[in-house]
Amino acid sequence: MSPHLSAAPIAQDTLPRVEKQESFFTRFISTRKHILINLTSVLVFFLIWEYIGTSGLINPLFISSPSAIVQSAAQWVQEGSIWNDLYVSGTEFVVGFALAIIVGIPFGILLGWYRTFNYIFEPFVFGLNATPRVALVPLLIIWFGIGLWSKVAIVFLGAFFPLVLNAYAGVRTVDDLLLRAARSFGANDWQIFRTITLPSSVPFVLAGLRVGLGHALIGIVIGELVAATAGIGYEMAIAGATFQTARLFVGILLITIAGVFLTGVIGYIERRFDAWRPQRM
Amino acid sequence: MNGKLEATNVCVEYLIARTGERFRALEDVCLTVNEGEFVSFLGPSGCGKTTFLHAIDGLVPVTRGEIRIDDRAITKPGKDRAMVFQSPALLPWRTVMCNVMYGLEIQGAGGQAGKQRVTNLIKLVGLEGFEHRFPNELSGGMQQRANLARALATDPEILLLDEPFANLDEQTREFMQAELLRIWATTHKTAIFVTHNITEAIYLSDRVVVFSARPGHIKKIVTIDLPRPRPLKLKRQVEFLKYEEDIWEMLQEEVAKMGMRAQET
Repeated sequence: MSPHLSAAPIAQDTLPRVEKQESFFTRFISTRKHILINLTSVLVFFLIWEYIGTSGLINPLFISSPSAIVQSAAQWVQEGSIWNDLYVSGTEFVVGFALAIIVGIPFGILLGWYRTFNYIFEPFVFGLNATPRVALVPLLIIWFGIGLWSKVAIVFLGAFFPLVLNAYAGVRTVDDLLLRAARSFGANDWQIFRTITLPSSVPFVLAGLRVGLGHALIGIVIGELVAATAGIGYEMAIAGATFQTARLFVGILLITIAGVFLTGVIGYIERRFDAWRPQRM
Repeated sequence: MNGKLEATNVCVEYLIARTGERFRALEDVCLTVNEGEFVSFLGPSGCGKTTFLHAIDGLVPVTRGEIRIDDRAITKPGKDRAMVFQSPALLPWRTVMCNVMYGLEIQGAGGQAGKQRVTNLIKLVGLEGFEHRFPNELSGGMQQRANLARALATDPEILLLDEPFANLDEQTREFMQAELLRIWATTHKTAIFVTHNITEAIYLSDRVVVFSARPGHIKKIVTIDLPRPRPLKLKRQVEFLKYEEDIWEMLQEEVAKMGMRAQET
């Protein structure tokens, strides 16, 4: 009866050091191998891109070049409109995504918990989920205009369904054994819901957030490309129509950075639950 | 002291939803377990011993017959019984402490007194120092200790154990058997222990109930007349081996029957 300690990391860590004394430089490289290779591959990619873009191997109109993109970004900042664009797109995202969380997660849980509720809404949820959200964009613009709220609606619809379906799946896939243990102690339905169903659906809800986030970002861009008066996607639509390839890339990069950052935030939340989670999802 | 169990003519039938067939898992089981007694249900897998245990816990409805505890008929789970499950069934998001607390919490008896009780139990089952670990940070044996403590926490009159050591390695298993007897001796609870391991059943029990399969019924009840406390080396002694051989013979017939039937279908 010994505590469950894994010996592997200790062995890996001590063995090479016993074998030979490594120089500081070798150690520096070997401990940061992963991140160094990451950085190098990205750097090489940009260098090749820069070379192809500026040497005329491919017309810069198609692929621009990193240096031109940096210049274009600087210019966008100088114009001053970038702050307003970020603010507009950010507001659309935050309001839409927050509404999707506030409505979607409880809705999915109700769908999984109450059978009748499920029977009532099932056809709509699965039907609407199968509808490509882009198909609804013109309709949403008629309903909400070209201002903030049409984009909020598009972001909301994008994030809503992954959140609902994951929360629903989380409630429905509770470990039967835990349910039996709870019943054995005489737990009533509400106690089972509170102590078993809710906590065990957390990993599913987090997975829903991750998927929903992606859909929400797509929603901003699509909404603004179709009809808007400001925002990153709006600027990209204009840049595209006027062949400002570099500016188009700045827009793409901004959306990508936002996506990477927000995925990181969700990853951080997920890791906080890793202490007990039986398997990584 | 309480914890007397009386089962009379208990039948349990399942409806198999897919085929609409009625499957009889238990037939006409009569058994009395006395207060403070340690009884094992022994039999090949699929003989209905676990079904009977779950019926005693109130998790499975009885089709005919009756199960009474201290003269109250059983219809649903209650405070007078607690189950130790085969796979520990600990809540993975709760620490050992909070897991052991779980039953008390459900029965509205958490609070300061509950906390004190849980602390003592954790000590009793030998998990001191691991109160704040999560189940996935414990070995299989330690998880079963927590599982046992959780069942004891609600202070049941009857402790129901559903093959709790089936998934442990042989050494841990033996050690846990001795531990279980030590803990049982300090709590004086009636204990019903389901297993398919003959040695385990004899070592632990005052009586071994041998089940016969399909539909499950009691084939024989063997009284184990060995002194307590029982050291592990008792398992090597002649009297013990004699019990083992007798029960093995009984079970052999059952296993053969099951095997034949499995071939037919």
